[in-house]
Amino acid sequence: MKLKLRVWRQKNNQAKGGFEVYNVEADEHMSFLEMMDVLNEELISKKKEPVAFEHDCREGICGTCNMVIDGRPHGPQKGTTVCQLHMRHYKDGDTITIEPWRVSSFPLIKDLVVDRSAYDRIIQAGGYISVNTGQAPDGNAIPIDKEVSSEAFDAATCIGCGACAAACPNGSAMLFTAAKVAHLGKLPQGKVEHKKRVQKMVGQMDKEGFGFCSNVGACEVECPKEISTENIAMLNRSYLGSMLSTND
Amino acid sequence: MSLKNNIPKGPLAEKWTNYKSKMDLVAPNNKRRIEVIVVGTGLAGASAAATLGELGYKVKAYTFHDSPRRAHSIAAQGGINAAKNYQNDGDSIWRLFYDTIKGGDYRSREANVHRLAEVSTDIIDQCVAQGVPFAREYGGLLHNRSFGGVQVSRTFYARGQTGQQLLIGAYQALSRQIANGNVTMYNRHEMLDVVKIDGKARGIITRNLLNGKIESHAAHCVVLATGGYGNVFYLSTNAMGSNVTAAWRAVKRGAYMANPCYTQIHPTCIPVSGEYQSKLTLMSESLRNDGRVWVPKSVKDAQAIQRGEKTGLDIKEEDRDYYLERRYPAFGNLVPRDVASRAAKVACDEGKGVSKTGLAVFLDFASAIQRYGKSAALSQGISDPDAGTVLKLGEKVVEEKYGNLFQMYEKITGENPYKFPMKIYPAVHYTMGGLWVDYNLQTNIPGLFALGEANFSDHGANRLGASALMQGLADGYFVIPYTIGTFLSHEIRTPMISNETPEFKAAEKEVKERIQRLANSQGNQTVESFHRRLGKIMWEYCGMSRNEEGLKKGRQMIRELRKEFYSDVYVPGSDTEYNPELEKAARVADFLEMGEVMMLDALNRNESCGGHFREEFQSQEGEAQRNDADYTYVAAWEWDDENPILHKEDLEFENVELKTRSYK
Ligand SMILES: Cc1cc2nc3c(=O)[nH]c(=O)nc-3n(C[C@H](O)[C@H](O)[C@H](O)COP(=O)(O)OP(=O)(O)OC[C@H]3O[C@@H](n4cnc5c(N)ncnc54)[C@H](O)[C@@H]3O)c2cc1C
Ligand code: SF4
Ligand code: FES
Repeated sequence: MKLKLRVWRQKNNQAKGGFEVYNVEADEHMSFLEMMDVLNEELISKKKEPVAFEHDCREGICGTCNMVIDGRPHGPQKGTTVCQLHMRHYKDGDTITIEPWRVSSFPLIKDLVVDRSAYDRIIQAGGYISVNTGQAPDGNAIPIDKEVSSEAFDAATCIGCGACAAACPNGSAMLFTAAKVAHLGKLPQGKVEHKKRVQKMVGQMDKEGFGFCSNVGACEVECPKEISTENIAMLNRSYLGSMLSTND
Repeated sequence: MSLKNNIPKGPLAEKWTNYKSKMDLVAPNNKRRIEVIVVGTGLAGASAAATLGELGYKVKAYTFHDSPRRAHSIAAQGGINAAKNYQNDGDSIWRLFYDTIKGGDYRSREANVHRLAEVSTDIIDQCVAQGVPFAREYGGLLHNRSFGGVQVSRTFYARGQTGQQLLIGAYQALSRQIANGNVTMYNRHEMLDVVKIDGKARGIITRNLLNGKIESHAAHCVVLATGGYGNVFYLSTNAMGSNVTAAWRAVKRGAYMANPCYTQIHPTCIPVSGEYQSKLTLMSESLRNDGRVWVPKSVKDAQAIQRGEKTGLDIKEEDRDYYLERRYPAFGNLVPRDVASRAAKVACDEGKGVSKTGLAVFLDFASAIQRYGKSAALSQGISDPDAGTVLKLGEKVVEEKYGNLFQMYEKITGENPYKFPMKIYPAVHYTMGGLWVDYNLQTNIPGLFALGEANFSDHGANRLGASALMQGLADGYFVIPYTIGTFLSHEIRTPMISNETPEFKAAEKEVKERIQRLANSQGNQTVESFHRRLGKIMWEYCGMSRNEEGLKKGRQMIRELRKEFYSDVYVPGSDTEYNPELEKAARVADFLEMGEVMMLDALNRNESCGGHFREEFQSQEGEAQRNDADYTYVAAWEWDDENPILHKEDLEFENVELKTRSYK
């Protein structure tokens, strides 16, 4: 199939960016990123600069790939990262627009590559359970309800891709932060630090300049791991609760 | 140089405990004055960096990824082994030890493997405490499942995402130490050299991938946890960025590469669909519990399938060859990975492959669907179910067990595996070989340690499923924090190492020249095309089966390809900016040398064992033939541009008897 790609090109954060148009010949069995590989191989063989984009596992689990495709983070398919999107969902003659995550807290590096280290810093602020190696009791010492464990797991499947912030009109990192708070806060091991964790992570989120959450819900729609906005409700309750209780 | 493995004396089961309680320690006040570099923050590196930070060392950690959470470890699916015996099914440290030694085809060290089995139980405790949401039973206790080649259920898992959950646990522990100031994290920094001062590893040279700056980083010692080298084959199940550069640069500074020819080829992966293909996707081993592997009996039927005139459904039961069940009646579809992979190759070599390329076999769930459907109907009180009901109920059971895998298969291939049998083919998956290390996980360069898939230590010639995650975390959480003291306890009077010594300057200069040479390459062929060609040579001559003639030819071809690479590769962009093509070029350059050592090692090993199958050494039925008299050793290679030098470490078995593996 013949496709027309409109790709965002930008040398670096200071440079002015814009769309370039490329024609590419793709095969329906290719993945979206393999189609991008074909484009890049072609550009390189014409001694032109390839399009910079990030990827690693190409299995939808590492959270590295990130492209806004025709206005949607990770493209049109529900619950699917860019790397898992396949070309059989497109047809001959289609025009596809490809852009980077556009979030001010994720500064652009080059073309489609952005800096998502803000998410690391939110985790560093408190997204963990404070236990040193060797301090742990036996794994079966605390039975955990299967349902509870399963809910914690659902939240823990977040891949840290940043699509939630990219989808949000306010550029909010709420879904990502809430997913971590829920993962740890639902488990007995994580309850001890829960209040403090919520305060610190929300504090860091604000410090990074992410927008506020106004319950638009776009994050849940675009999240490739289908993380639920119910986690945000839990975070909000805990945050309010923690502000009302004494601050320690 | 003789290789001292430094295995402590004493009975096997007491070695580690005794050694630990008597080894030299570094006091807390001294730890604060000692710097440790950890390169790589996958399971092995993140767990090591976090734990060393907790202990009070000043840690600097490096990854080429944009975040530690992206490491290749994230993609592990199936699970992690531990000898907890929670199922009360007769598991024990001894049994896990024995299974691992046997699974590795008697080519690993007893003492290392026993230690691994001992600390396996602590890993689970640690991960649970960190909040890893392992699968649980209704009573709230941890659930287990069983994995290829063993008779107990000792695998802990978190749905199909065990690696992700374990890595997130280690990443969070690491994040806590970063926040506390005990670990300084360098993301998007690629290590391009090791720096030695007076024979000891004292630092690394990195390239900042955002701006291309070449930097020197010094410390009292260096720990490499940089993963495996499966991508030397171009196509593999590894993440695209996985590479050998860190380990290879250590080799160029004198470290030895051990058993490089031991590669694990996983039998159940989605087959290659075209030239453009960039990587291969694993379908978990657990599928072989219910899927039956087959090809048509006749080449004519196979050809009709290859041309698209028939599908698997058109082949009658009596015209199918369930070759694993036929050849290995005792283990059937559950033979170990190396055996299953080779059998698939044999079938396809006979012309019986079932895809356009002829390189695929069927993995069929039809019988499982029938079986589960009937029993589900019975348990619902339907004594005489019609075919439609059986099918519906059966598919539901299969969906509950493997739903996410079936979904992934359909996403990639566009084919519904509930209706048509899956097509699978073996693919490169894991590398048992790696940097040679002693019992302390120290390489032959003092002060240079290697952990996780980057070292060779525990899996011999074949790794069992769910054991890589175990080894990575054992190394990082529970071994290196102790054994690093054997080196560092002698360094407490060594002041902070400066990164401005002549050794650092010289290494920096070399790295700069190497990178600039690549960046200025104005040839005509892309980096990717060289990598693809290297992969084809490796797969053809050093893949699932090898022979002397092919290995010699392959080695020659790699040497020629290397020459061509340096004279005709084209690298766009400059070395002072974010430039993924340049990163790739440097990695492919190192693969082009690593590939040669793999060929050499395979050529040297005149036997078949585990993942290494030499056609000259097989029984009449085509089974692997080991040669214990001559090859019960670790082959450790010292690099040399002309002729790499072989060093041997004899393997001594005091506790288990060497036997021929049989799965018939
Ligand atoms: C698809 C798949 C499924 C698997 N499933 C299982 C399973 O179910 N159970 C199991 O036990 N095993 C499994 N394995 C194997 C297992 O995942 C790996 O062996 C293991 O995770 C390797 O961990 P590691 O920490 O050694 O290396 P990695 O996770 O590969 O980490 C390497 C780290 O080193 C860094 N690095 C590398 N080179 C450099 C450099 N030059 N400079 C700076 N940083 C560098 C990287 O950035 C990364 O942080 C699976 C493997 C694959 C491919
Ligand atoms: S919550 Fe979803 S969209 Fe946001 S980072 Fe996690 S996986 Fe990505
Ligand atoms: S490349 Fe890993 S999630 Fe897409």
